[in-house]
Amino acid sequence: MKGSTIASLQKGERAIIKSFEGIDVPLKLIEMGCIEGNYVEVLQRAPLKDPIYLNISGTYLAIRIEVASKIMVERL
Amino acid sequence: MSDIKVALIGNPNTGKTSLFNRLTGLNQKVGNYPGITVDKKVGHSKLNKAISAEIIDLPGTYSLNASSLDEDVAVQVLSDKTNENYPDVVVVVVDIENLKRNLYLYTQVKDLGIPTILAVNMADQMKNRGIDIDMQSMESLLETKIALVSSKQNKGISFLKKLIVDYKSLSTVPCFIDEPSVLSKIVNTEKKKHHLETVRRYQFIKSVLEKTYSQDPQNAKDLRSLLDRVLIHKYFGYLIFFTILFSIFQALFSWSAFPMDYIDSTFAGFSEMARAHLPEGVFTNLLAEGIIPGIGGVVIFIPQIAFLFLFTSVLEESGYMSRVVFLMDKIMRKFGLSGKSIVPLISGTACAIPAIMAARNIENWKERLITILVTPFTTCSARLPVYAIIISLIVPAEARFMSFNVQGLMLMALYLLGFGVAILSAMLLDKFLKLETKSYFVIEMPNYKLPLFKNVAYTVIEKTKAFVFEAGKIILAISILLWVLASYGPGKDFSHAKEIVTQNYPDLNEEELNAEIASYKLENSYIGIMGKTIEPVIRPLGYDWKIGVAVITSFAAREVFVGTLATIYSVGSEEESTIKDRMRNEVFQDSKKPVYSFATGVSILLFYAFAMQCMSTIAIVKRETNGWKWPLIQMFVMSGFAYLTALIAYQILK
Repeated sequence: MKGSTIASLQKGERAIIKSFEGIDVPLKLIEMGCIEGNYVEVLQRAPLKDPIYLNISGTYLAIRIEVASKIMVERL
Repeated sequence: MSDIKVALIGNPNTGKTSLFNRLTGLNQKVGNYPGITVDKKVGHSKLNKAISAEIIDLPGTYSLNASSLDEDVAVQVLSDKTNENYPDVVVVVVDIENLKRNLYLYTQVKDLGIPTILAVNMADQMKNRGIDIDMQSMESLLETKIALVSSKQNKGISFLKKLIVDYKSLSTVPCFIDEPSVLSKIVNTEKKKHHLETVRRYQFIKSVLEKTYSQDPQNAKDLRSLLDRVLIHKYFGYLIFFTILFSIFQALFSWSAFPMDYIDSTFAGFSEMARAHLPEGVFTNLLAEGIIPGIGGVVIFIPQIAFLFLFTSVLEESGYMSRVVFLMDKIMRKFGLSGKSIVPLISGTACAIPAIMAARNIENWKERLITILVTPFTTCSARLPVYAIIISLIVPAEARFMSFNVQGLMLMALYLLGFGVAILSAMLLDKFLKLETKSYFVIEMPNYKLPLFKNVAYTVIEKTKAFVFEAGKIILAISILLWVLASYGPGKDFSHAKEIVTQNYPDLNEEELNAEIASYKLENSYIGIMGKTIEPVIRPLGYDWKIGVAVITSFAAREVFVGTLATIYSVGSEEESTIKDRMRNEVFQDSKKPVYSFATGVSILLFYAFAMQCMSTIAIVKRETNGWKWPLIQMFVMSGFAYLTALIAYQILK
């Protein structure tokens, strides 16, 4: 499905990271394993919907929607 | 033979510091890298009977790409052969449960051509998690020797030491070789190059792990999801957080009250002793009135600071703090702060100094700067004695409002006021600060862990020590300066105080006479003259010159206020009620109205709530923002605001 980003995933959904829109994705995130081909699972959203708590290929981290909406994915 | 130089490096949350503690024990030192604020930890370890090692614990980092100060330090130490800390051997510490990400750093370190050992930590979890590793092939694919260790259970440490002793036999060849031709062709920008290289490193790691690592997926579900369900729940999450917060405050103030009183009286005792046993003279006075109270002024904060570090390090070690950051981020962002600002704001209720240092974790410079600038508004423990004495002067102890003690309510109101103003000024700063920064908020959500007693104890000891020596130097220096300014004065009035007072009050007994001489001397000392000079400025706030002196001295540190007033009203070592009575009976010299009226009291409280009166905080803000600009702005804005609110309050209430 075209146009999906991490921000558009529902809680519990898994997807494969496809590409990055713009170059605004922090390097730190990439180093933590957020790269093309790795899987991502949305574990939980914070009570006010932001940030999002993720499992990216075995690494647990949280990012803000702002960044999450720039990471394109394909749902599994 | 000289010591083998060993560098420990690893991702945050891999237990690297626990391993460091295991290797070195208390035989360690925290310093600073020249010019920057990253902690440098060095320790010594006996490897065997003949050989020992000097071990440097590099800051936790995800990569060697030098995108933060911490990473920069690691890169400088490891890539520059002339660096004084350049190691003979590097130990890369990785967490067995997250090898994929941890090995990324390993492959980068391996590129540097230094003998490298891979220490796989938390090996005690292997059975639990159904993990299996083919050690031999992993060692050959990664061109290294592997030590399975458990810093928690103290296992594998001696094997690791053996590997370090034999460091000369380790390979220095990189394990990951990229194809440079591919790289230079497609990629044009530096950033994309990094990105692509990262991807290829991960591919390499994946291929290694596929051949050597297996995990039984049945054991995947764990404590994490269970605890997360409660701790970051929509309602329970906040409820639990505020309950914990409330308990910490209770503990901070009730538990530390006893040791603080004890320290207070002990130091008063030391001063007495010095006066009683040493010959009279300038040196004895300096010791009894300057140095001993000065050191006491530092030591008295140790209980609170130690408790605060104890709580924060338990919260951090357990992994809970990341959950709080996650819960609070969106709310804090509305005020221009980050979820990570919560730590400094909480710590600020004990002391702004460690609180401002805790703001380092905030990646976004604007959010970090705002946090640093507003943290001093939170009510630190040094304001407490000022609040206590003024409130007791202007509110009768038996006053009740809806059956609550009004004194207590007033104190609580001051805490809320401080926090409220911090949040409000953060909002204003957010509007007016024009800083182009990107939102690089990434926070790792580590596994929940039972904090190791040893780690917590080391953190508390190390940080408390650092506070005592860093802040202590400044507070001590200022106490001595104050003593000099209060003990000497220009002109005849000061040097002939005794004669003048004796003439003016011929019928006082000796004790009263001495008290009168002391206060006359103070009035004509350098500090007294300073107080009189600023009197016209502070008169509209309802203060006389004596309060003025106390205000000046408490720019060094707020808690000096009560002590200064005690000296000025020359009650010396008598009990507190006497100071209070003296203050209550104090009248303005011209109008004969009481000085500590309700209006003046409120005005003092507001002034102390908002003014930036703490040299150590200014020093730390200068260090953390790398210049004088922000601390000076902060000082003038906060103190200006304090003056204004105190002025308005007094003029309305008088």
